[in-house]
Amino acid sequence: MSSLQPFIAFRNVQKSFRDAREGRIVRAIEDVSLDIDRGEFVTVIGPSGCGKTTLLNILAGFEQPSAGRVLLEGELIDGPGADRGVVFQEYALFPWLTLRQNVEYGPRERRLAASLIRDLTDRTLAMVRLAGADNRYPHELSGGMRQRAALARVLVNDPKILLMDEPFAALDAQTRARLQQEVARLWIETRKTVFFVTHSVEEAVLLGDRVIAMTANPGRLKADVRIDLPRPRDPTSAPFNDHRRALESLLTEPIAVEEMTVA
Amino acid sequence: MTQSSLSQPVRFVAGSNGKQFEEGPRKRLWRLARRTALPAAILIAWEAVTAAGWVSSASLPSPVSVAIAWWDWIFGPRQTLAWYSGTWGVYVLMSLERVAAGFAIASVTGVALGVLIGWYAVIDDLCDGLINFLRAVPMTAWVPFAVFIFGIHESAAIFLIAFGSFFPIVVNAAAGARQTPRILIRAARMLGTPPRRLLVRVVLPASLPSIFTGLRVGLGLAWVLVIVAEMLAVQGGLGYALWSAYQFSRLDLILAAIASVGGLGLVSDRIISLLAQRVLRWQSGSTGQ
Repeated sequence: MSSLQPFIAFRNVQKSFRDAREGRIVRAIEDVSLDIDRGEFVTVIGPSGCGKTTLLNILAGFEQPSAGRVLLEGELIDGPGADRGVVFQEYALFPWLTLRQNVEYGPRERRLAASLIRDLTDRTLAMVRLAGADNRYPHELSGGMRQRAALARVLVNDPKILLMDEPFAALDAQTRARLQQEVARLWIETRKTVFFVTHSVEEAVLLGDRVIAMTANPGRLKADVRIDLPRPRDPTSAPFNDHRRALESLLTEPIAVEEMTVA
Repeated sequence: MTQSSLSQPVRFVAGSNGKQFEEGPRKRLWRLARRTALPAAILIAWEAVTAAGWVSSASLPSPVSVAIAWWDWIFGPRQTLAWYSGTWGVYVLMSLERVAAGFAIASVTGVALGVLIGWYAVIDDLCDGLINFLRAVPMTAWVPFAVFIFGIHESAAIFLIAFGSFFPIVVNAAAGARQTPRILIRAARMLGTPPRRLLVRVVLPASLPSIFTGLRVGLGLAWVLVIVAEMLAVQGGLGYALWSAYQFSRLDLILAAIASVGGLGLVSDRIISLLAQRVLRWQSGSTGQ
């Protein structure tokens, strides 16, 4: 493998669904090609229906592209794996396992030694600031704690990529702001490659090295913007707002044109 | 000393997770009174009606005479002439054994097959038609068949109980497995669970609430079927006692037998719901009002 080979490569990825009610084929993603480097924090933004979650699901291996392929370190992705940890908006913790058992789930599935599992779990729980709530069941935790647990559950597997699907959309504003800071901190500590889907421009600019903007119907890449602001970022600063405004106008203008042509 | 213990009937219990408020003694007593009021009223009215002579003791024995007959049935000396004297314990044990054996077979096979049906479409297609057809046949219709095949023998009773309680168990287990949230399947896959292990890791635990519903219904049905089987297919047991009491026109013993069956059914249902509470403690506090 050459050093020029991208870490993650989307190659002419298409995805079509069959709309069961109307009986026609809907094109969710049309011809997406994209390279992502190791250690990059990529945020993907776009209106609902632009296929950003579908893109994440394909990268996770949950869905197969209708055409094209996705490569991770040159290898074709053809199913889910512990090298790609996913954090879902709905947390998706196992309700029958305690917080600690949820975090231990991955290491147990990989048949690690008990002492190693204990150490890894302790360390990861401390990393996401959840130590002390070990024996609680998910429904006994707040939304913010559940999402920390969901994060811990994938971080403990030391994945190559972290896939986050609007992870903070269901949280209140304060909790969201705190978790955004934590994710930024964790990224600086671990330098993992992150593929972060969001519908919030602010969140995209706050967290990403790079913002991929998509348009809907069909889902297509609209822009690929580098964010060179220093971290930690201040969402009230002038440069931050410049980036944010630029991105917002980029997102709204073309859609307005499209709507006019449709009407 | 805290103020709340004197003035407030509801007090906080530190350290407990689910029910954080414990009822005070007065409220508990009140609840006990509410729960026992109706049965007590019925017993008193019954005794009054028979004591006043509004109905003859031949057509309706008084609660007291039922209690006396029941006492003889439990503690009386074993005799060859009076079938009922002192046989209660043996009969209860016989019925319990049949229910336990039949229900155990139904639980194991029903849960295993149900989860497989709910998870694998092929098995669902294979079994669906047959199970729904057999389920539509009232279980009592199988009695002549069971006696024909097994004879007047324990296996006839156990077959009927196992076969009958199998269906609610299998159907509920299948429904639970079918409703496994896809996001939990995906979560397990991305944490490293291979597809063939999903059944045990995710589908089975996710189905547990439904499985317990099926087990409860199945156990209730097992009690129905043990009585039917003992009336028609085997000797001994509470159903056999019921039928013998009828043949000897002993309404007092019929009522004692009914009360015995009811009591056993109640106790076994309590046991299974306590077991469910333990196994499903991960959802305690997240369901209901």
